[in-house]
Amino acid sequence: MRLASLLGQRRNGPGRPLHWTDIAAYAYLALGVVLMFGPVLWLVLSSFKTQSALLEFPPSLLPFAQVEVTVPGQPQKLPLFRTNLPDGSVRELAQVRRIGLVAQMVDPADPAKQFRVAIDKREPVRRVAFATENYSEPLQRFAFLRFLFNSVFVTVVATLITLLINSMAAYALAVYAFPGKQTATLAVIGTLMIPMTIILVPVYLVVTELGLANSLWAVILPGAATPTGVFLLRQYMLTLPKDLIEAARMDKASEWQIYWRIVMPLTLPALAVLAIFSIMWRWNEFLWPLAVLTKTEVYTLQIALNAFQGELQTQWHYLLAMTVVTLAPVALVFVFLQRFITTGIGSTGMK
Amino acid sequence: MRTVTSLIAALAVSLLSATAFSGPAAAETTTLRMAWYSDGNEGEVMADLLRRFHEQNKDIDVVLDQVPYKAINENLPMQLASGQGPDIARVVDMGGLSRYALDLRPLLKDPSYWETNFGPFLEWMRPPGAPQAIPGFMTQLTVTGPFVNKTLFEQAGVAMPGEKATWEDWAKAAKDVASKVQAPFPLALDRSGHRFYALAVSQGTQVFGANGEPDVVDEGFKRAAQLVYDWHKSGVMSKELWGSVSGTAYRGANDEFKNAQVVMYLSGSWQIAQFAKTVDNAFDWVAVPNPCGTGGCSSMPGGAGLVAFKTTQHPKEVARVMEYLASEPVLAEFYSRSLFVPGHLGLAKKGIDYPTASPEAAAALKVFTASAAALSPIAYRTQGYGNSRIIFNAVISRLGQAVSGETTLEDAYKRITADVAQQIAERNKK
Amino acid sequence: MSDTSSVSRPERGRGIGTLAELRSIVTLPVELGMRLFDPPMRWVQRMIGARRMAYVFLLPNFVFFGLFVFLPIGINIVFSVTGGTALFPSQRPYVGSDQFAYLFDCGSYLDPATCREDHFWRAVANTVKFVVLQVTAMVLLSLVTALVLNMRIRGRGFFRAVYFFPVLLSPVVVALIWKWILQRDGLLNAAITTLGGQKIIFFVDPSWAMFWAVFVSVWAHMGFYTLILLAGLQAIPADLYEAAEMDATPRWRVLTHITLPLLWPNMIVVIVLALIKGAQTFDEVFVLTGGGPGTATLMVVQYIYETGFSSQVQNFGLAAAASVVLGIVLFVLTLLQFAAARRKEI
Repeated sequence: MRLASLLGQRRNGPGRPLHWTDIAAYAYLALGVVLMFGPVLWLVLSSFKTQSALLEFPPSLLPFAQVEVTVPGQPQKLPLFRTNLPDGSVRELAQVRRIGLVAQMVDPADPAKQFRVAIDKREPVRRVAFATENYSEPLQRFAFLRFLFNSVFVTVVATLITLLINSMAAYALAVYAFPGKQTATLAVIGTLMIPMTIILVPVYLVVTELGLANSLWAVILPGAATPTGVFLLRQYMLTLPKDLIEAARMDKASEWQIYWRIVMPLTLPALAVLAIFSIMWRWNEFLWPLAVLTKTEVYTLQIALNAFQGELQTQWHYLLAMTVVTLAPVALVFVFLQRFITTGIGSTGMK
Repeated sequence: MRTVTSLIAALAVSLLSATAFSGPAAAETTTLRMAWYSDGNEGEVMADLLRRFHEQNKDIDVVLDQVPYKAINENLPMQLASGQGPDIARVVDMGGLSRYALDLRPLLKDPSYWETNFGPFLEWMRPPGAPQAIPGFMTQLTVTGPFVNKTLFEQAGVAMPGEKATWEDWAKAAKDVASKVQAPFPLALDRSGHRFYALAVSQGTQVFGANGEPDVVDEGFKRAAQLVYDWHKSGVMSKELWGSVSGTAYRGANDEFKNAQVVMYLSGSWQIAQFAKTVDNAFDWVAVPNPCGTGGCSSMPGGAGLVAFKTTQHPKEVARVMEYLASEPVLAEFYSRSLFVPGHLGLAKKGIDYPTASPEAAAALKVFTASAAALSPIAYRTQGYGNSRIIFNAVISRLGQAVSGETTLEDAYKRITADVAQQIAERNKK
Repeated sequence: MSDTSSVSRPERGRGIGTLAELRSIVTLPVELGMRLFDPPMRWVQRMIGARRMAYVFLLPNFVFFGLFVFLPIGINIVFSVTGGTALFPSQRPYVGSDQFAYLFDCGSYLDPATCREDHFWRAVANTVKFVVLQVTAMVLLSLVTALVLNMRIRGRGFFRAVYFFPVLLSPVVVALIWKWILQRDGLLNAAITTLGGQKIIFFVDPSWAMFWAVFVSVWAHMGFYTLILLAGLQAIPADLYEAAEMDATPRWRVLTHITLPLLWPNMIVVIVLALIKGAQTFDEVFVLTGGGPGTATLMVVQYIYETGFSSQVQNFGLAAAASVVLGIVLFVLTLLQFAAARRKEI
């Protein structure tokens, strides 16, 4: 009851009972937290499992590994099992070897004593262990820093270009009246219709004709002008007071000055939103970089990490771990910029 | 203001360094590019060998570009067509890419070594109308064949069918075992046209008509397709592999096999290394010879070749690299460390030592090497045919639809014939 | 320039507490941008006049559009009237409308099985089905979520962020996460068996596969649409609600008579955007279901991708023809949005 009044107090003032819709709302939100975060958390936990633990059913929540013990007289460490012995007792025994359906086991405390146990009468003894080698092995194997640099470079430069040219176009469409404005707007929206996937081959032709293949610019330039960005910024700029601009013109400010000194700073919330989207798009891009980048030194992280998908098998333990690695910056951006996301989109023109 | 300028300067420098790589590092060193995909540890082994090559040949530096298989399959053809391809690549669709292949013959010191040891495989890589060309060698010969979970057979108390057992024998035994030990996959076949042909060839399909052109749907083919169809109906095969994805998508059951859910798994020699590693001691697994049918007991050969491309600027250097990698000791080490069935006749005859292999893996490699020696000519011809992938893809895509219940088998037969004809026509349109 | 920079501190930043701090980061580039670009731009302005500066501002963006969108569309149209497998348009034989004729060669357009290129028509049917289901679910769920988030509840900022979080993930990662949960031995089946049920193999059943395709795509994109609706909700004047509370109007009447009608413009934006994005769906569903079982979740964009790109014979012509058809359909949808947008006077 205390909890209920605590939760309810902001809505209805202290002491007033909760309306059923409030309870339903909290239940809905709680479910939302589980549904939205749960899957990602599951991915992170799974990425710490060993290759064989990944295949287990039922899957365990935390990563487990079988305990191995050193037994005097045995050259290698032996796996430990909890065993049901024929006399009804249960003991923890180490397995020396398994032949068909029978396992040969020893008591680690008394290595002289050997047991023969049917394999369905034993269960592995396990404890929580994080398979950090899923991370360290692939990261050591390739030039991680090089790929990280490439990805960061592409993301940052592309986002800067996008912000600049999109805001310029948005400014033109929001502030001026000029012949061809309708056509230009229509062209921008038309562009929104064309997913990169369906013009992949022609764009590849254009890029190679421009001599850009195998350079990071081949990844940066084709997606730099985004229709979404132009749209978002234009909508926001439309809400700016017109007299500001008129006043500046009276003061003999140049058009570039008005755009750069007055309109841009006022558009910051919308620019922040576009920046976040652009960072996400660029960081996550896969199909297109894979088509134009063939040399290791220009690989982005997404390509390098997907090298774990072979023709015939996928090395899941590496793939999951590396997916988490690419997620980390996204999570960071999310933590630091989420207030801009929510307030930014809230106040951009989508209304 | 100063900080801004220095920031810009730093940016410019990093920019330059990002593009500077395309130029040669030193005037006397030739840099070659090799595009490589990996299923297991073979990328590391190759990187090792190339490092050693560079120590002995300071003037050539081979950069190994490790890519996802997707890049080899989808992007490489486009890159080669536009002249942006690598000098050397590890490829699977050797027939389809043969028109870009470089003939190494005039550049090799000893072409006869290549002919004796890679003879039958060279045909898979040769461009049409170049019966003498030597475009590369096999990084691995794969042979299809079944893996059996012996422990499940023992638990169920069912005897394993012996040598020369038919597909029907195996299906019945696997179903028996599965129902006793509650395994969800009695018999699993990779969802791949190539693997289907391991069944179809042993059911007697001839693949080609009297005129030498593909005549895919014949009696043997129908027998095989009917078997697969019926097995899905009766629960011998689970729809999860063939029925769950569309088009030509590959789907294997290796994860399920490792998890002891599959009694018999028809896949191929490339699975050995990872089974040895991940099954470990959990159960006993064995490779058995390919089951038989009216067309014999042949399985399908396959594999990946390391092929040189004629778009290269440095054919001489490429030939030297290829010569080194294909030489007997180097190649023997490569096969041995990556646990591959040798695609080198001399080495196959001598037998490769696999010191890193577990007893199970060594036994399995032996079975596969033996069945590699017993392949039927039809199997070889099908694999070597330049448009073989068109056939494989049409077959798997259409049979997949039939298995999932979307179409009938009769429909699938018609569609397969039409698809193959249409795609070959499109490829030949000039 | 002090006169203009003093104007740039007005009420607009109020919504964001840290805007000032963000602004201090950008002052340096602002200075730089002035020094670098202002002199040439002033010169251009003197040459063509202030009014025509609009074209100068539009130019860079449209150069990019031209090179990387319009020109490729043109090449695609050339592809669609040529055949063969050559990559360069100049090497491709002209085939006229053959590709389109092949694509549209059907016994009956209502039954994909009667078409020569049945995969295309199956993809069209699937995409229509997917879009209808996905847009409906998307609109309803983001509406409910926006309404809940608009209530005066604790931790509103946090919950907003929670729903937005998946929008930041790449489609491939989204699909991978869910595939991992939904597979035979995945988390969901573990939960089902714990509760005493039978394992369900989701991706061999066409209805389940379509369900999860829709579910996952709603999961991934709902946050974005929720925020658009939330912005609309917050723009509704508070005094309307106060008046309703005075009159003791029941909550559901407030919802149907005040909230929903005033939210309608935002709903249209959401519907049209969801429609367009839904029709373009590719990587999420492709990674999740692979288009199966059979072809039950094969989408048009996946069909185009497979025909022109990932199949052994890269049939650029047929893929381009299909993409031209898709482009025309999408453009009609765009015009719809344009009309809707104009009606709202934006």
